[in-house]
Amino acid sequence: MAMDTRFTRGKSAILERSLTRPKSEVSLSAFTLLFSEIVQYCQNRVYSVSELQNKLSELGHQVGARILDVLVMREKNGKRETKVINVLLFIKVNVWKALFGKEADKLEQANDDDKTYYIIEKEPLINAYISVPKENSTLNCASFTAGIVEAILSYSGFPAKVTAHWHKGTTLMIKFDESVIARDKTLDGR
Amino acid sequence: MRIWSSDSGRQVSEARIEEAVGNREFAGKMSRQTNRGTENKKMNSELFTLTYGALVTQLCKDYENDEDVNKQLDKMGYNIGVRLIEDFLARSNVGRCHDFRETADVIAKVAFKMYLGVTPSVTNWSPAGDEFSLILENNPLVDFVELPDNHSSLIYSNLLCGLLRGALEMVQMAIDVKFVQDTLKGDNVTEIRMKFIKRIEENLPAGEE
Repeated sequence: MAMDTRFTRGKSAILERSLTRPKSEVSLSAFTLLFSEIVQYCQNRVYSVSELQNKLSELGHQVGARILDVLVMREKNGKRETKVINVLLFIKVNVWKALFGKEADKLEQANDDDKTYYIIEKEPLINAYISVPKENSTLNCASFTAGIVEAILSYSGFPAKVTAHWHKGTTLMIKFDESVIARDKTLDGR
Repeated sequence: MRIWSSDSGRQVSEARIEEAVGNREFAGKMSRQTNRGTENKKMNSELFTLTYGALVTQLCKDYENDEDVNKQLDKMGYNIGVRLIEDFLARSNVGRCHDFRETADVIAKVAFKMYLGVTPSVTNWSPAGDEFSLILENNPLVDFVELPDNHSSLIYSNLLCGLLRGALEMVQMAIDVKFVQDTLKGDNVTEIRMKFIKRIEENLPAGEE
């Protein structure tokens, strides 16, 4: 197989880039206008609220998959988490700070279910300028964030389903695969 | 559409709405928005860059060829520009530009700085003064980005062209905007060429003279 040309072209400045956190900032207006346009684009290609949320979540996946490696290299010395609670804290603290400039408000575990966790955000940045129409009151554009979290968990080896809900602000509900919890319990025993 | 050629007009009407509605909650919301308006919140550019990347990736999936992706990016940029100019005029206190040179300066030194945190340089003026280039040393949209070989005609940051065109159209300027150099294509800098086409006549709605 021919070697991918990008390795031979000698112009991959991107590989030389420093991993330290860049100081550059953009305005929140720029982001929200872009995000709004993205939501509208997705909306034009779907028929229901749940389809729209899925689409936003897919886009979030793209972001999550890319930010994961950068953050693991930058802030975790290249080491990935192996325990459920640690990977959740990594998301609550490191991921949130990197993306939204602050830690997530709360991380909770469901009382009745050992594979369900919640990340609660009172005023999520994503929804800062979005008013939800009455006829679609379940729509939560934080599905985009849910997609980011889902990708980070899946690519870290913790397959999970993450959905966004209106509860105490916005709550991201994380439901881990059975296998993840079973593995975590065996790790506990050691 | 263009009832807001002057800033003060808009503020007055906003105040009037508050007064007229008299509904506390609504009035509260309005004033909160005004507060927000002045502080111009910032955020880390990485989420912005990656979100834009997710959009371009999605468009590449949804459309068959690069040309169509370029067009869609331009269209979305235009929609953003039409809204962004309002935000810009409210925040920046920039009045009407007297000539195209002033417009160029405002775009490079105020608008780019405000929204993308970078200041492109303005160069290569045409003798007639109706064309110039914006040179971007750093384009925040393309951090982390490398174009795959099978997308050689994709203009990755084409959203910016639509955006500039849309925003300027709202201040009565018809402009042609295009990328002529792009670091993603191996050029040393990114260059956006702006050409003034014409001043758009104000179309006052009937009976508002």
